[in-house]
Amino acid sequence: MEALVDWAFVWDILPLLARAALVTIEATLLGFGLAASLGLLLAIARMSHQPWIAWPVAGFIEFIRSTPLLVQLFFMFFVLPKFGIVMPAFLTGILGLGLHYSSYCAEVYRSGLENVPRGQWEAALALNLSLPRTYWDIVIPQAIPPVIPALGNYLVSLFKETPLLSAIAVLELMQTAKILGSEYFRYLEPITIVGLFFLGLSLLSAAAIRRVEHWLTTRRG
Amino acid sequence: MHRQLLAICSLASFAAGLSVASFAGFREFLPGLLAGAWVTLQITVAGCALAVVMGLIAGLCKLYGMLLLRWLAVAYIEVFRGTSALVQLFWLFFVLPHFGVHLSPMVVAIVALGLNVGAYGAEVVRGAILAVPRGQFEASIALNMSRLTMMWRIILPQAFVRMLPPWCNLFIELLKASALVSLITLSDLTFKAYQMNQTTFRTMEIFSLVLAIYLGISLLITLSMRMLEARASAGLARGRTG
Repeated sequence: MEALVDWAFVWDILPLLARAALVTIEATLLGFGLAASLGLLLAIARMSHQPWIAWPVAGFIEFIRSTPLLVQLFFMFFVLPKFGIVMPAFLTGILGLGLHYSSYCAEVYRSGLENVPRGQWEAALALNLSLPRTYWDIVIPQAIPPVIPALGNYLVSLFKETPLLSAIAVLELMQTAKILGSEYFRYLEPITIVGLFFLGLSLLSAAAIRRVEHWLTTRRG
Repeated sequence: MHRQLLAICSLASFAAGLSVASFAGFREFLPGLLAGAWVTLQITVAGCALAVVMGLIAGLCKLYGMLLLRWLAVAYIEVFRGTSALVQLFWLFFVLPHFGVHLSPMVVAIVALGLNVGAYGAEVVRGAILAVPRGQFEASIALNMSRLTMMWRIILPQAFVRMLPPWCNLFIELLKASALVSLITLSDLTFKAYQMNQTTFRTMEIFSLVLAIYLGISLLITLSMRMLEARASAGLARGRTG
Protein backbone atom coordinates (compact mmCIF):
# COMPACT_ATOMS: atom_id res chain seq x y z
CA MET A 1 0.00 0.00 0.00
CA GLU A 2 1.11 3.49 -0.81
CA ALA A 3 2.25 5.65 2.09
CA LEU A 4 -0.22 8.36 3.07
CA VAL A 5 2.30 11.18 2.86
CA ASP A 6 4.91 11.10 0.12
CA TRP A 7 7.86 12.78 1.86
CA ALA A 8 10.07 12.88 -1.24
CA PHE A 9 7.30 14.83 -2.98
CA VAL A 10 7.10 17.18 0.00
CA TRP A 11 10.82 17.97 -0.26
CA ASP A 12 10.48 18.44 -4.02
CA ILE A 13 7.73 21.03 -3.82
CA LEU A 14 8.91 22.85 -0.70
CA PRO A 15 11.28 25.29 -2.49
CA LEU A 16 8.57 26.19 -5.02
CA LEU A 17 6.05 26.79 -2.26
CA ALA A 18 8.57 28.83 -0.28
CA ARG A 19 9.08 31.13 -3.27
CA ALA A 20 5.30 31.50 -3.62
CA ALA A 21 5.02 32.21 0.10
CA LEU A 22 7.22 35.25 -0.48
CA VAL A 23 4.67 36.56 -2.99
CA THR A 24 1.94 36.00 -0.41
CA ILE A 25 3.86 37.95 2.23
CA GLU A 26 4.66 40.71 -0.24
CA ALA A 27 0.99 41.03 -1.15
CA THR A 28 0.05 41.08 2.53
CA LEU A 29 2.47 43.88 3.43
CA LEU A 30 1.75 46.05 0.38
CA GLY A 31 -2.00 45.50 0.69
CA PHE A 32 -1.97 46.37 4.36
CA GLY A 33 0.16 49.46 3.77
CA LEU A 34 -2.50 50.70 1.36
CA ALA A 35 -5.34 49.70 3.70
CA ALA A 36 -3.79 51.40 6.73
CA SER A 37 -3.12 54.70 4.98
CA LEU A 38 -6.32 54.87 2.93
CA GLY A 39 -8.30 53.76 5.98
CA LEU A 40 -7.11 56.76 7.99
CA LEU A 41 -8.15 59.13 5.21
CA LEU A 42 -11.57 57.46 4.98
CA ALA A 43 -12.05 57.65 8.75
CA ILE A 44 -11.23 61.36 8.82
CA ALA A 45 -13.49 62.01 5.84
CA ARG A 46 -16.32 60.09 7.47
CA MET A 47 -16.03 62.26 10.60
CA SER A 48 -16.22 65.45 8.55
CA HIS A 49 -18.95 67.92 9.48
CA GLN A 50 -19.79 68.41 5.81
CA PRO A 51 -22.57 65.96 4.96
CA TRP A 52 -21.61 65.86 1.28
CA ILE A 53 -18.24 64.45 2.30
CA ALA A 54 -19.28 62.30 5.26
CA TRP A 55 -22.31 60.58 3.71
CA PRO A 56 -20.81 59.28 0.47
CA VAL A 57 -17.75 58.06 2.37
CA ALA A 58 -19.96 56.27 4.91
CA GLY A 59 -21.92 54.70 2.05
CA PHE A 60 -18.71 53.65 0.32
CA ILE A 61 -17.40 52.00 3.51
CA GLU A 62 -20.65 50.13 4.11
CA PHE A 63 -20.81 49.00 0.49
CA ILE A 64 -17.26 47.65 0.50
CA ARG A 65 -17.78 45.92 3.83
CA SER A 66 -20.94 44.13 2.82
CA THR A 67 -19.90 42.72 -0.55
CA PRO A 68 -17.48 39.81 -1.03
CA LEU A 69 -13.81 40.52 -1.68
CA LEU A 70 -13.78 37.88 -4.43
CA VAL A 71 -16.46 39.71 -6.41
CA GLN A 72 -14.63 43.01 -5.89
CA LEU A 73 -11.45 41.42 -7.22
CA PHE A 74 -13.27 40.05 -10.28
CA PHE A 75 -14.87 43.43 -10.80
CA MET A 76 -11.53 45.23 -10.79
CA PHE A 77 -9.83 42.53 -12.82
CA PHE A 78 -12.42 42.55 -15.60
CA VAL A 79 -13.85 46.08 -15.49
CA LEU A 80 -10.78 48.29 -15.17
CA PRO A 81 -9.27 47.11 -18.49
CA LYS A 82 -12.47 48.29 -20.21
CA PHE A 83 -11.61 51.81 -19.11
CA GLY A 84 -8.14 51.41 -20.50
CA ILE A 85 -6.53 50.74 -17.11
CA VAL A 86 -4.44 47.64 -17.65
CA MET A 87 -2.49 46.42 -14.65
CA PRO A 88 -0.65 43.23 -13.82
CA ALA A 89 -2.81 40.83 -11.81
CA PHE A 90 -0.58 41.23 -8.77
CA LEU A 91 -1.20 44.98 -8.68
CA THR A 92 -4.95 44.49 -9.10
CA GLY A 93 -4.85 42.04 -6.23
CA ILE A 94 -3.02 44.44 -3.94
CA LEU A 95 -5.41 47.26 -4.83
CA GLY A 96 -8.40 45.00 -4.18
CA LEU A 97 -7.10 43.76 -0.84
CA GLY A 98 -6.04 47.26 0.21
CA LEU A 99 -9.34 48.84 -0.77
CA HIS A 100 -11.40 46.13 0.95
CA TYR A 101 -9.45 46.31 4.17
CA SER A 102 -9.24 50.10 4.15
CA SER A 103 -12.95 50.10 4.94
CA TYR A 104 -12.36 47.87 7.96
CA CYS A 105 -9.37 49.94 9.05
CA ALA A 106 -11.45 53.10 8.69
CA GLU A 107 -13.87 51.82 11.30
CA VAL A 108 -10.99 50.95 13.62
CA TYR A 109 -9.46 54.41 13.23
CA ARG A 110 -12.85 55.99 13.79
CA SER A 111 -13.21 54.27 17.16
CA GLY A 112 -9.75 55.58 18.04
CA LEU A 113 -10.49 59.11 16.85
CA GLU A 114 -13.82 59.22 18.69
CA ASN A 115 -12.14 58.21 21.93
CA VAL A 116 -9.82 61.22 21.99
CA PRO A 117 -11.19 63.45 24.78
CA ARG A 118 -13.16 66.44 23.58
CA GLY A 119 -10.93 68.77 25.64
CA GLN A 120 -8.07 68.03 23.24
CA TRP A 121 -10.15 69.31 20.33
CA GLU A 122 -11.24 72.35 22.28
CA ALA A 123 -7.68 73.12 23.34
CA ALA A 124 -6.53 72.86 19.70
CA LEU A 125 -9.33 75.23 18.71
CA ALA A 126 -8.40 77.63 21.50
CA LEU A 127 -4.80 77.62 20.27
CA ASN A 128 -6.09 78.50 16.80
CA LEU A 129 -4.58 75.43 15.17
CA SER A 130 -5.80 74.64 11.67
CA LEU A 131 -7.83 71.46 11.14
CA PRO A 132 -4.96 69.56 9.43
CA ARG A 133 -2.58 70.51 12.22
CA THR A 134 -5.13 69.53 14.88
CA TYR A 135 -5.47 66.11 13.30
CA TRP A 136 -1.80 65.60 12.54
CA ASP A 137 -0.19 66.92 15.74
CA ILE A 138 -2.86 66.48 18.40
CA VAL A 139 -5.56 63.95 17.57
CA ILE A 140 -3.88 61.26 15.47
CA PRO A 141 -0.91 60.68 17.82
CA GLN A 142 -3.39 60.00 20.62
CA ALA A 143 -5.88 58.06 18.54
CA ILE A 144 -3.62 55.49 16.95
CA PRO A 145 -1.72 53.68 19.74
CA PRO A 146 -4.87 52.29 21.43
CA VAL A 147 -6.13 50.81 18.15
CA ILE A 148 -2.89 49.14 17.08
CA PRO A 149 -4.00 45.69 18.33
CA ALA A 150 -7.26 45.95 16.35
CA LEU A 151 -5.29 46.96 13.26
CA GLY A 152 -3.02 43.98 13.85
CA ASN A 153 -6.03 41.67 13.83
CA TYR A 154 -7.00 43.02 10.42
CA LEU A 155 -3.44 42.51 9.20
CA VAL A 156 -3.86 38.83 10.09
CA SER A 157 -7.27 38.65 8.38
CA LEU A 158 -5.86 40.29 5.27
CA PHE A 159 -3.03 37.77 5.29
CA LYS A 160 -5.55 34.94 5.45
CA GLU A 161 -7.51 36.41 2.52
CA THR A 162 -4.51 36.50 0.16
CA PRO A 163 -5.35 33.03 -1.26
CA LEU A 164 -8.24 34.78 -3.02
CA LEU A 165 -5.69 36.33 -5.35
CA SER A 166 -5.31 32.85 -6.85
CA ALA A 167 -8.72 33.43 -8.46
CA ILE A 168 -7.29 36.24 -10.61
CA ALA A 169 -4.24 34.16 -11.51
CA VAL A 170 -1.68 35.71 -9.17
CA LEU A 171 0.98 33.08 -8.60
CA GLU A 172 0.82 33.17 -4.81
CA LEU A 173 0.92 30.26 -2.41
CA MET A 174 -2.54 28.81 -3.02
CA GLN A 175 -2.33 29.06 -6.80
CA THR A 176 1.09 27.37 -6.78
CA ALA A 177 -0.24 24.60 -4.54
CA LYS A 178 -3.20 24.06 -6.87
CA ILE A 179 -0.99 23.93 -9.94
CA LEU A 180 1.36 21.48 -8.24
CA GLY A 181 -1.61 19.40 -7.15
CA SER A 182 -3.06 19.16 -10.64
CA GLU A 183 0.36 18.51 -12.20
CA TYR A 184 1.27 15.57 -9.98
CA PHE A 185 -2.28 14.60 -9.10
CA ARG A 186 -1.48 14.77 -5.41
CA TYR A 187 -3.35 17.46 -3.52
CA LEU A 188 -2.77 16.19 0.00
CA GLU A 189 0.77 17.49 0.45
CA PRO A 190 0.65 20.93 -1.23
CA ILE A 191 -2.65 22.02 0.29
CA THR A 192 -1.77 20.70 3.73
CA ILE A 193 1.55 22.55 3.63
CA VAL A 194 -0.27 25.75 2.68
CA GLY A 195 -2.67 25.23 5.58
CA LEU A 196 0.16 24.68 8.03
CA PHE A 197 1.98 27.74 6.72
CA PHE A 198 -1.05 29.93 7.34
CA LEU A 199 -1.73 28.36 10.72
CA GLY A 200 1.86 28.84 11.86
CA LEU A 201 2.14 32.45 10.78
CA SER A 202 -1.31 33.40 12.13
CA LEU A 203 -0.57 31.88 15.53
CA LEU A 204 2.78 33.67 15.60
CA SER A 205 1.26 37.02 14.70
CA ALA A 206 -1.57 36.53 17.20
CA ALA A 207 1.06 36.03 19.89
CA ALA A 208 2.93 39.12 18.67
CA ILE A 209 -0.26 41.20 18.82
CA ARG A 210 -0.87 40.04 22.38
CA ARG A 211 2.67 41.18 23.27
CA VAL A 212 2.07 44.60 21.70
CA GLU A 213 -1.27 44.90 23.49
CA HIS A 214 0.39 44.04 26.80
CA TRP A 215 3.18 46.52 26.13
CA LEU A 216 0.67 49.27 25.27
CA THR A 217 -1.43 48.76 28.38
CA THR A 218 1.54 48.65 30.74
CA ARG A 219 3.12 51.67 29.09
CA ARG A 220 0.03 53.75 29.67
CA GLY A 221 -0.08 52.57 33.27
CA MET B 1 -35.29 54.89 14.77
CA HIS B 2 -32.19 53.19 13.47
CA ARG B 3 -34.25 50.18 12.54
CA GLN B 4 -36.69 52.18 10.44
CA LEU B 5 -33.78 53.82 8.66
CA LEU B 6 -32.34 50.42 7.89
CA ALA B 7 -35.67 49.12 6.63
CA ILE B 8 -36.00 52.12 4.37
CA CYS B 9 -32.45 51.64 3.12
CA SER B 10 -32.95 47.99 2.26
CA LEU B 11 -36.31 48.62 0.61
CA ALA B 12 -34.77 51.45 -1.37
CA SER B 13 -31.85 49.29 -2.48
CA PHE B 14 -34.21 46.52 -3.54
CA ALA B 15 -36.34 49.01 -5.46
CA ALA B 16 -33.24 50.50 -7.04
CA GLY B 17 -32.02 47.00 -7.86
CA LEU B 18 -35.31 46.08 -9.50
CA SER B 19 -35.55 49.27 -11.52
CA VAL B 20 -31.98 48.90 -12.67
CA ALA B 21 -32.67 45.26 -13.45
CA SER B 22 -35.59 46.19 -15.66
CA PHE B 23 -33.28 47.89 -18.13
CA ALA B 24 -32.87 45.70 -21.15
CA GLY B 25 -29.15 45.24 -20.54
CA PHE B 26 -29.78 43.79 -17.13
CA ARG B 27 -32.90 41.84 -17.89
CA GLU B 28 -31.15 39.08 -19.78
CA PHE B 29 -28.76 38.43 -16.90
CA LEU B 30 -31.22 38.57 -14.04
CA PRO B 31 -32.77 35.05 -14.25
CA GLY B 32 -29.37 33.35 -14.29
CA LEU B 33 -28.04 35.50 -11.49
CA LEU B 34 -31.13 34.91 -9.37
CA ALA B 35 -30.67 31.16 -9.78
CA GLY B 36 -27.12 31.65 -8.53
CA ALA B 37 -28.36 33.84 -5.69
CA TRP B 38 -30.68 31.03 -4.62
CA VAL B 39 -27.69 28.66 -4.28
CA THR B 40 -25.80 31.35 -2.37
CA LEU B 41 -28.77 31.81 -0.05
CA GLN B 42 -29.10 28.07 0.60
CA ILE B 43 -25.40 27.75 1.43
CA THR B 44 -25.54 30.82 3.65
CA VAL B 45 -28.55 29.64 5.64
CA ALA B 46 -27.28 26.07 6.09
CA GLY B 47 -23.77 27.31 6.85
CA CYS B 48 -25.10 29.75 9.46
CA ALA B 49 -27.10 26.97 11.13
CA LEU B 50 -24.01 24.75 11.31
CA ALA B 51 -21.92 27.69 12.54
CA VAL B 52 -24.34 28.39 15.40
CA VAL B 53 -24.35 24.74 16.46
CA MET B 54 -20.55 24.47 16.27
CA GLY B 55 -20.09 27.81 18.01
CA LEU B 56 -22.32 26.78 20.92
CA ILE B 57 -20.70 23.35 21.29
CA ALA B 58 -17.11 24.60 21.02
CA GLY B 59 -17.73 27.68 23.15
CA LEU B 60 -19.35 25.69 25.95
CA CYS B 61 -16.68 22.98 25.76
CA LYS B 62 -13.90 25.54 25.97
CA LEU B 63 -15.53 27.06 29.06
CA TYR B 64 -16.86 24.04 30.96
CA GLY B 65 -15.58 20.91 29.19
CA MET B 66 -13.38 18.30 30.78
CA LEU B 67 -9.71 18.41 29.95
CA LEU B 68 -9.89 16.44 26.70
CA LEU B 69 -13.01 18.22 25.46
CA ARG B 70 -11.57 21.62 26.28
CA TRP B 71 -8.37 20.74 24.50
CA LEU B 72 -10.32 19.59 21.44
CA ALA B 73 -12.37 22.79 21.41
CA VAL B 74 -9.24 24.97 21.61
CA ALA B 75 -7.60 22.99 18.80
CA TYR B 76 -10.71 23.34 16.61
CA ILE B 77 -10.96 27.08 17.24
CA GLU B 78 -7.27 27.79 16.64
CA VAL B 79 -7.02 25.66 13.48
CA PHE B 80 -10.10 27.12 11.84
CA ARG B 81 -9.34 30.68 12.83
CA GLY B 82 -5.68 30.36 11.95
CA THR B 83 -6.03 29.17 8.36
CA SER B 84 -7.81 30.75 5.41
CA ALA B 85 -11.37 29.82 4.57
CA LEU B 86 -10.26 29.13 0.99
CA VAL B 87 -7.52 26.76 2.15
CA GLN B 88 -10.04 24.90 4.32
CA LEU B 89 -12.46 24.70 1.41
CA PHE B 90 -9.80 23.35 -0.93
CA TRP B 91 -8.55 20.95 1.71
CA LEU B 92 -12.00 19.44 2.17
CA PHE B 93 -12.60 19.42 -1.58
CA PHE B 94 -9.31 18.07 -2.88
CA VAL B 95 -7.74 16.21 0.05
CA LEU B 96 -10.68 14.42 1.69
CA PRO B 97 -11.28 12.16 -1.34
CA HIS B 98 -7.68 11.05 -0.78
CA PHE B 99 -8.85 9.55 2.52
CA GLY B 100 -11.80 7.88 0.83
CA VAL B 101 -14.37 10.48 1.91
CA HIS B 102 -16.34 11.73 -1.08
CA LEU B 103 -18.66 14.65 -0.39
CA SER B 104 -20.69 16.61 -2.89
CA PRO B 105 -19.44 20.18 -3.49
CA MET B 106 -22.57 21.54 -1.83
CA VAL B 107 -21.89 19.59 1.38
CA VAL B 108 -18.21 20.59 1.28
CA ALA B 109 -19.21 24.24 0.96
CA ILE B 110 -21.66 24.14 3.86
CA VAL B 111 -19.32 22.16 6.11
CA ALA B 112 -16.27 24.33 5.37
CA LEU B 113 -18.06 27.64 5.83
CA GLY B 114 -20.00 26.43 8.86
CA LEU B 115 -16.89 25.12 10.60
CA ASN B 116 -14.91 28.24 9.74
CA VAL B 117 -17.47 30.71 11.04
CA GLY B 118 -18.35 28.40 13.94
CA ALA B 119 -14.79 28.76 15.23
CA TYR B 120 -15.18 32.54 15.40
CA GLY B 121 -18.66 32.02 16.87
CA ALA B 122 -17.25 29.89 19.69
CA GLU B 123 -15.34 32.90 20.98
CA VAL B 124 -18.50 35.01 20.70
CA VAL B 125 -20.44 32.46 22.76
CA ARG B 126 -17.66 32.27 25.34
CA GLY B 127 -17.41 36.05 25.64
CA ALA B 128 -21.17 36.44 25.99
CA ILE B 129 -21.40 33.82 28.74
CA LEU B 130 -18.49 35.37 30.62
CA ALA B 131 -20.25 38.75 30.41
CA VAL B 132 -23.29 37.48 32.35
CA PRO B 133 -22.96 38.92 35.88
CA ARG B 134 -21.50 36.57 38.49
CA GLY B 135 -24.51 37.04 40.74
CA GLN B 136 -26.68 35.18 38.22
CA PHE B 137 -24.47 32.09 38.52
CA GLU B 138 -24.39 32.37 42.31
CA ALA B 139 -28.16 32.83 42.57
CA SER B 140 -28.73 29.72 40.41
CA ILE B 141 -26.44 27.70 42.65
CA ALA B 142 -28.19 29.07 45.75
CA LEU B 143 -31.51 27.93 44.27
CA ASN B 144 -30.02 24.43 43.91
CA MET B 145 -30.35 24.31 40.13
CA SER B 146 -28.48 21.66 38.21
CA ARG B 147 -25.71 22.92 35.88
CA LEU B 148 -27.91 22.14 32.88
CA THR B 149 -30.95 24.01 34.19
CA MET B 150 -28.76 26.94 35.17
CA MET B 151 -27.28 27.15 31.67
CA TRP B 152 -30.53 26.63 29.81
CA ARG B 153 -32.91 28.75 31.90
CA ILE B 154 -30.72 31.45 33.43
CA ILE B 155 -27.39 32.01 31.70
CA LEU B 156 -27.95 31.30 28.01
CA PRO B 157 -31.07 33.48 27.64
CA GLN B 158 -29.10 36.44 29.01
CA ALA B 159 -26.02 35.61 26.99
CA PHE B 160 -28.19 35.21 23.89
CA VAL B 161 -29.06 38.92 23.74
CA ARG B 162 -25.38 39.87 23.94
CA MET B 163 -24.46 37.37 21.25
CA LEU B 164 -26.82 38.69 18.62
CA PRO B 165 -24.86 41.70 17.30
CA PRO B 166 -21.57 39.79 16.86
CA TRP B 167 -23.43 36.85 15.30
CA CYS B 168 -24.98 39.27 12.82
CA ASN B 169 -21.48 40.31 11.76
CA LEU B 170 -20.44 36.68 11.47
CA PHE B 171 -23.46 35.82 9.30
CA ILE B 172 -22.51 38.61 6.93
CA GLU B 173 -18.94 37.32 6.92
CA LEU B 174 -20.32 33.92 6.00
CA LEU B 175 -22.41 35.36 3.19
CA LYS B 176 -19.32 37.05 1.78
CA ALA B 177 -17.18 33.95 2.25
CA SER B 178 -19.80 31.95 0.34
CA ALA B 179 -18.49 33.62 -2.83
CA LEU B 180 -15.48 31.31 -2.43
CA VAL B 181 -17.55 28.24 -3.23
CA SER B 182 -17.56 29.37 -6.86
CA LEU B 183 -13.96 28.14 -6.90
CA ILE B 184 -15.00 24.55 -6.13
CA THR B 185 -17.38 24.36 -9.11
CA LEU B 186 -20.62 25.23 -7.31
CA SER B 187 -22.78 27.49 -9.44
CA ASP B 188 -23.50 30.17 -6.88
CA LEU B 189 -24.01 33.86 -7.61
CA THR B 190 -20.32 34.60 -8.17
CA PHE B 191 -19.84 31.53 -10.37
CA LYS B 192 -22.80 32.47 -12.56
CA ALA B 193 -21.44 35.97 -12.90
CA TYR B 194 -18.00 34.69 -13.84
CA GLN B 195 -19.51 32.32 -16.40
CA MET B 196 -21.74 34.97 -17.99
CA ASN B 197 -18.80 37.32 -18.10
CA GLN B 198 -16.77 34.74 -20.00
CA THR B 199 -19.47 34.36 -22.64
CA THR B 200 -20.84 37.88 -23.01
CA PHE B 201 -18.04 40.21 -21.79
CA ARG B 202 -20.70 42.54 -20.39
CA THR B 203 -18.61 42.89 -17.26
CA MET B 204 -19.95 46.17 -16.00
CA GLU B 205 -23.62 45.19 -15.93
CA ILE B 206 -23.07 41.69 -14.59
CA PHE B 207 -20.77 42.50 -11.71
CA SER B 208 -22.66 45.64 -10.69
CA LEU B 209 -25.81 43.57 -10.45
CA VAL B 210 -23.98 40.90 -8.46
CA LEU B 211 -22.61 43.43 -5.98
CA ALA B 212 -26.10 44.88 -5.57
CA ILE B 213 -27.57 41.42 -4.89
CA TYR B 214 -24.94 40.66 -2.24
CA LEU B 215 -25.58 44.06 -0.66
CA GLY B 216 -29.31 43.34 -0.63
CA ILE B 217 -28.87 39.95 1.05
CA SER B 218 -26.55 41.39 3.68
CA LEU B 219 -28.98 44.21 4.45
CA LEU B 220 -31.68 41.57 4.80
CA ILE B 221 -29.53 39.68 7.32
CA THR B 222 -28.84 42.86 9.30
CA LEU B 223 -32.51 43.79 9.32
CA SER B 224 -33.76 40.40 10.49
CA MET B 225 -31.09 40.19 13.19
CA ARG B 226 -32.08 43.67 14.44
CA MET B 227 -35.68 42.51 14.66
CA LEU B 228 -34.64 39.39 16.55
CA GLU B 229 -32.56 41.54 18.88
CA ALA B 230 -35.51 43.81 19.62
CA ARG B 231 -37.65 40.78 20.43
CA ALA B 232 -35.01 39.06 22.54
CA SER B 233 -34.15 42.10 24.62
CA ALA B 234 -37.80 42.95 25.39
CA GLY B 235 -38.22 42.95 29.15
CA LEU B 236 -34.50 43.19 29.85
CA ALA B 237 -33.55 46.50 31.37
CA ARG B 238 -30.65 47.27 29.07
CA GLY B 239 -29.38 50.23 27.15
CA ARG B 240 -30.83 53.68 26.74
CA THR B 241 -34.46 54.36 27.55
CA GLY B 242 -36.86 56.22 25.30
